[in-house]
Amino acid sequence: MNDQSVIESRQVTKKYGKGESEFTALDNINLVIKKGESVAIVGKSGSGKSTLMHVLALLDQPTQGSVIIEGANASSFNSRSLDVMRNKKFGFVFQQFFLNGNDTVLNNVILPLKIAGISRKKRNILGMQSLEQVELTNKAKSKAVELSGGQKQRVCIARALINQPSIIFADEPTGNLDSQTGKAVEDLLFRLNKEQGITLILVTHDIEIANRCDREIHIVDGKLTNESSK
Amino acid sequence: MNFTDLISTASSSLFKSKVRTLLTIIAIFIGAMTITLTNGIGTGIKSYLNKQIGDLGATNVLQIQLTNTTKYGPGSGNTGPAPYNPKQQVAISAGNGPRGKKQLLMNNTDIQTIKSIPNITSAIPVHPLSPAYMMGRSGKYQLSIQEQYGSTTAALLAGLGVNNQSNQNQMIIPATYVSALGYSNNQSILGQQITIGINNALGKQSTIKATVTGVEQNALIGGLGAFANSALANQIYQVQSVGLPPAISDSFTTVEATFPANLTNTQINQLTTELKNKGFTGQTIKDQENTIFTALNVIIIVLDMFGVIALLAASFGIINTLLMSVQERTKEIGLMKALGMSPRKIFTLFSIEAVMIGFWGSILGVAFAALIGKVVNTIGSHGFLKDFKGLSLLTFPLSTILAVVIGIMLIAFLAGTLPAIRASKKDPIEALRYE
Ligand SMILES: Nc1ncnc2c1ncn2[C@@H]1O[C@H](COP(=O)(O)OP(=O)(O)O)[C@@H](O)[C@H]1O
Ligand SMILES: [Mg+2]
Repeated sequence: MNDQSVIESRQVTKKYGKGESEFTALDNINLVIKKGESVAIVGKSGSGKSTLMHVLALLDQPTQGSVIIEGANASSFNSRSLDVMRNKKFGFVFQQFFLNGNDTVLNNVILPLKIAGISRKKRNILGMQSLEQVELTNKAKSKAVELSGGQKQRVCIARALINQPSIIFADEPTGNLDSQTGKAVEDLLFRLNKEQGITLILVTHDIEIANRCDREIHIVDGKLTNESSK
Repeated sequence: MNFTDLISTASSSLFKSKVRTLLTIIAIFIGAMTITLTNGIGTGIKSYLNKQIGDLGATNVLQIQLTNTTKYGPGSGNTGPAPYNPKQQVAISAGNGPRGKKQLLMNNTDIQTIKSIPNITSAIPVHPLSPAYMMGRSGKYQLSIQEQYGSTTAALLAGLGVNNQSNQNQMIIPATYVSALGYSNNQSILGQQITIGINNALGKQSTIKATVTGVEQNALIGGLGAFANSALANQIYQVQSVGLPPAISDSFTTVEATFPANLTNTQINQLTTELKNKGFTGQTIKDQENTIFTALNVIIIVLDMFGVIALLAASFGIINTLLMSVQERTKEIGLMKALGMSPRKIFTLFSIEAVMIGFWGSILGVAFAALIGKVVNTIGSHGFLKDFKGLSLLTFPLSTILAVVIGIMLIAFLAGTLPAIRASKKDPIEALRYE
């Protein structure tokens, strides 16, 4: 593993609300995530895991502090380059699948390329390749609603993979799945991390999954506690 | 997202909520149809009138009257009676037109004044012709006839126009006169002699003969009567004036003057200004046409208002539909933004949906209006519009159709801006947060 940092959070604080109702969701978070690492963000519900992930993934802006992506300070990016960054470099997997149920599996998978303005022909080829990685090519023409939970999450992973991202953000990807299908999705994510060197940032409250990661970041009430690394 | 993808994404979103989209499209459809129909009627009547006005006479003719400073006769109106002027002769109209309307009488001195104005090539008095009857092969019928002045462009169904240079009595008659005069068709009456009976001022009746040179199409305005050449008109007037004192037989209310056909609009304006300075009011055929068109335009605008109101209601329908759509698709919008779609593209996406509703509504509305027009014109030309040959009650020029479609798409776009802005401002975090 090389030591190049892909994402860094420097004294990141995120507050919600104003005055009386002010609430600190993230409190002075400092961390460095290296290329190819798999990192688990672990904590109880409401501890601020998702908030941290959103800030790191440039979906949200910190109230204080800064996020550094591959050495560049994200606060210096305009909204257009933030959009392009998420579109080209990041892949997202959410607990809720966010699939367009009435559309085909393939069309769901190619959405990031469609947004990027890539031609239909090219994105369909890449879409099929992506589906191959999650072993769902036979479902390409099916409607997304017709799939089982585990298959849906694999479609989401295929969608996250399609732009050949350098980082995949997964927010409780197995939260909606039974343990068996959850395990399969988990295996898939770790295989991509190992085989393709994609940095994996995985939000979870499941200690077992967290244990499979290179590193665990524990968060309690918006603060980092003992960080454990293997 | 490139443009074709925006279009296909927008249309598949619209298609997803079929009923809602359809209802919104119907609202637009009604507005588009109304506006197209009212304009179609307007255009149809105008182009028909244009043809008819061509029939009224040459465009290089001025109808000249003495300028009427007080509109109505003594004792009426707010200004009170006009002071007596021994040089002015007045006739009060009692029959046609507004009763009590004052018409100033002209005489030969006025003709001389008019002729002295530059660019006036000729000026002759217009005498009302009032023959007692006409008779063809059998039976006497009333005859409405006026002098054909200038070069005629009458829409003839058969034969030729009258010749003002000829000293033979000539006339053209409306198609409706043919059977009354005892002939079976338009062709058979050509070249035939008609007897015209005239009463003079002393009550004595005499007859003259005239040849029918042509049969004209029935006209909506100005027509509905026969036209005489100069020779016939002069003879009728001479006969009917027998017994009248010269002061009356030599006075008239209207003079028809000609000017060179190649005058520019500015020169024509100069001419009418010159007439005005000398106390006359001159109107060309175009001026008369404009008066009619102004009235017609007012009617069309009022009718259009109904369409505009329908469209206004429909645009609230668009706003409502799209606001609901934005609300329902919060997660979809959030996902697209998370995956890197810019707010501008989100705005474009929803604007396209709005414009598409406008497009389909207006296209269907225009098409349906055109269909109605075709049916009405077909039925009309065999039925209630039979007498107005050449009238397409509903006419839809491409320019009107394009204007309606583009205008409605623009209105739809404007209606779509509020929902589209709302969509573009959706925070992906809010959208992706799950309970
Ligand atoms: N928009 C918001 N306004 C106010 N509070 C918020 C908002 N978003 C999140 N929070 C609060 O921040 C805390 C952290 O939330 P989150 O990061 O979603 O937790 P986790 O993902 O660890 O369950 C929670 O207490 C939540 O109520
Ligand atoms: Mg969470």
